[in-house]
Amino acid sequence: MSLLWVDKYRPKDLSSLDYHTQQAKELKNLVANSDFPHLLLYGPSGAGKKTRIMCILRELFGPGVERLKTETVTVTTPSNKKIEITTVNSNYHIEINPSDVGIYDRVVVMDLIKNIAQTQHIGSTNNQRNFKVVLLTEVDNLTKDAQHALRRTMEKYSTNCRLILCVTSLSPVIPAVQSRCLLIRVSAPSIPEISKILQVTCKKEDLTISPALAEKIAKTVNGNLRRALLICEACKVENKNLTTDREVPEPDWKKFIEKTANLITHKQSIDNLMTVREHLYELLTNGIPPEIILKELLIGLLLKCDKQIIPQVVRDAALYEHRMTQGNKHIVHLEAFVTKFMCIYQEHLSSLMEGF
Amino acid sequence: MDSFLKSGKLGDTASSKSSTSGISKKKDKKLQWVEKYRPRTVEDVVEQKEVVALLQECILGADLPNLLFYGPPGTGKTSTILAAARQLFGDIYKDRILELNASDDRGIQVIREKIKTYAQLSVASSRADGKACPALKIVILDEADAMTDAAQTALRRTMEKEAKTTRFCLLCNYVSRIIEPLTSRCTKFRFKPLNQSFVLERLQLICTKEDVLVDDDVLNILVKESGGDLRRAITALQSCAHLKGKGNKIALENVYDVLTVVPSDWITNFFNLCKNESDINEIIRFINDLEQQAYPCHKIFEQLNDLLIEAEISEPLKAEIGEYLAESSFRSSCSRSDFTHLLDFAVHVQEILTVPVEHRKAKAEKIARSTMINGIA
Ligand SMILES: Nc1ncnc2c1ncn2[C@@H]1O[C@H](COP(=O)(O)OP(=O)(O)OP(=O)(O)O)[C@@H](O)[C@H]1O
Ligand SMILES: [Mg+2]
Repeated sequence: MSLLWVDKYRPKDLSSLDYHTQQAKELKNLVANSDFPHLLLYGPSGAGKKTRIMCILRELFGPGVERLKTETVTVTTPSNKKIEITTVNSNYHIEINPSDVGIYDRVVVMDLIKNIAQTQHIGSTNNQRNFKVVLLTEVDNLTKDAQHALRRTMEKYSTNCRLILCVTSLSPVIPAVQSRCLLIRVSAPSIPEISKILQVTCKKEDLTISPALAEKIAKTVNGNLRRALLICEACKVENKNLTTDREVPEPDWKKFIEKTANLITHKQSIDNLMTVREHLYELLTNGIPPEIILKELLIGLLLKCDKQIIPQVVRDAALYEHRMTQGNKHIVHLEAFVTKFMCIYQEHLSSLMEGF
Repeated sequence: MDSFLKSGKLGDTASSKSSTSGISKKKDKKLQWVEKYRPRTVEDVVEQKEVVALLQECILGADLPNLLFYGPPGTGKTSTILAAARQLFGDIYKDRILELNASDDRGIQVIREKIKTYAQLSVASSRADGKACPALKIVILDEADAMTDAAQTALRRTMEKEAKTTRFCLLCNYVSRIIEPLTSRCTKFRFKPLNQSFVLERLQLICTKEDVLVDDDVLNILVKESGGDLRRAITALQSCAHLKGKGNKIALENVYDVLTVVPSDWITNFFNLCKNESDINEIIRFINDLEQQAYPCHKIFEQLNDLLIEAEISEPLKAEIGEYLAESSFRSSCSRSDFTHLLDFAVHVQEILTVPVEHRKAKAEKIARSTMINGIA
């Protein structure tokens, strides 16, 4: 089998981007200038941040950036611990996901940047840029320590090294780093935009999708274009007739969270709490981010709550979400929230009984 | 680093004639404007009068104390000390300063050894050009608030022992993260967010130098929205200019976009939704949409606050909402998902405005009591 649609039809340059075209035009202007700033792209996942970044890189350096190779780099920490990290690089840029190395991200990021900054970058003849790009993804997970380290580094090495940072939420990025970047907002595509892209993609595959089905898919994905394409392709694999009456499957984890919410409102007991814990573990080990679990769980629970207890429940959710960002054992806080919810819920039920 | 400091002079004629082909031999043409317009002398530093006055005294020969600069980003801390060092030591200034920032390893070991060895080097009291200069070295600890307490403690002793030959300059955003024994060893200067008129003046100067086309009122909004952070203002100006391309006027939308201002419609709609007795599903849907637009949460809260102050709500309730806003905004400050916090704020505003205060009090007390006594069965 060949590539997935998401990769196969990924736009390659700024002028072929399907939505936010005005922004794409302006980015083109930006690249045309000789002084290119550090960039910070933010937006929900699946909104096309990475695609945009690759387009910018191509615009900067030409098609050479698409010749990618993966490499494993070993960095030694001051305490003589050896850390391995996988990088994806071309001749012009290097991409890493610093959250792969946890608390050692500062050492790794600094090592890479200093390496690049020290080797004067004189690329091939058609390369007019005298800098290399370091692309950091998932900067929301970058420790504060590493972010502080970026501050002066971004100023000092700005002659031959540029940073492109990519985050889903700006909140965890310290103001000092924000102040050093050009912030680019990448909002999620709208439902009509998504359904149009689905239709165009199907056409390229010699398929016809009914506009109503395209819209149905677009509505379920919450602005996540990647997911829309994946669902659409999955539908096609099942059956080539993409007609209006086709079912659009919900992702498994979403169903699972819904089930968990049902379980919680069904019975409030220690035993049940143990089962919920297993569910939470299962979600976490499947790589669902804890903040998403909390959010979806909260929505699921709120739909079953009496109006009177809603403020209290949401307040506790916010409280535990905040604590979750402070600690690094997510399960504890998720479970604490569930327990708290059970208390509130049960208390409310029994106060209703008293009324009778 | 030398190159950008040299070209940081404001009188520099090098205007960035950006050629699309991009091959300009001179390096400084590719400089970011923030670096290009970094103050070269302490006189160039705007707003921070006290520290400028003190440093000018020192340049004329007075004794230099240990320094601690603190204040929000982009107010000139790093620039000031680098400019002062240049003026004190002239061309050899690089040998006379040791710059350590958060990107360097600054554990206790480094403080003890690297700084100690450096401090013990002896230096002459004249510059390369023959002029006299203090026989001192300066250790600049940038981003000092990112240092651990242990490292700070280690620094205490070093600072005293090397007082004859070395001065320390600590730069940080939050002075509260510096331990008391260190702050008491330094002369402290607060770097204020820059006054709007200074920022405006600076930007106007850059506009003429770089041929930026912009209307006065747009520039004023840019100044206002960058909140006294000159670096942010300059970066925003440069970004707008480049996004628009040469010869085009900067539009208001560009300014709003690079400074992440949320369109006021979203904010008023959000607030109205909270004020009315909207259904929880409606609120959830709205916040979901808001999240997809990717507007940053702290900005939403900031703008909600402005709206709240103007809103027609009785003062006590306004105060209550304000307090909750502060709490939510704090909790969301490191969060990876803004949804919960926005929802939290929304349902609480709703509660504050719809449920009479006595009821809420009684309920809160009941909750506090019951959850303490009854666990889950
Ligand atoms: N008071 C000022 N006078 C003149 N220019 C300034 C001033 N403050 C900031 N700038 C401009 O902003 C840029 C950044 O300033 P600087 O690096 O000194 O900030 P900082 O206070 O060290 O910030 P951070 O806390 O983020 O390190 C400078 O290059 C300069 O162009
Ligand atoms: Mg600084």
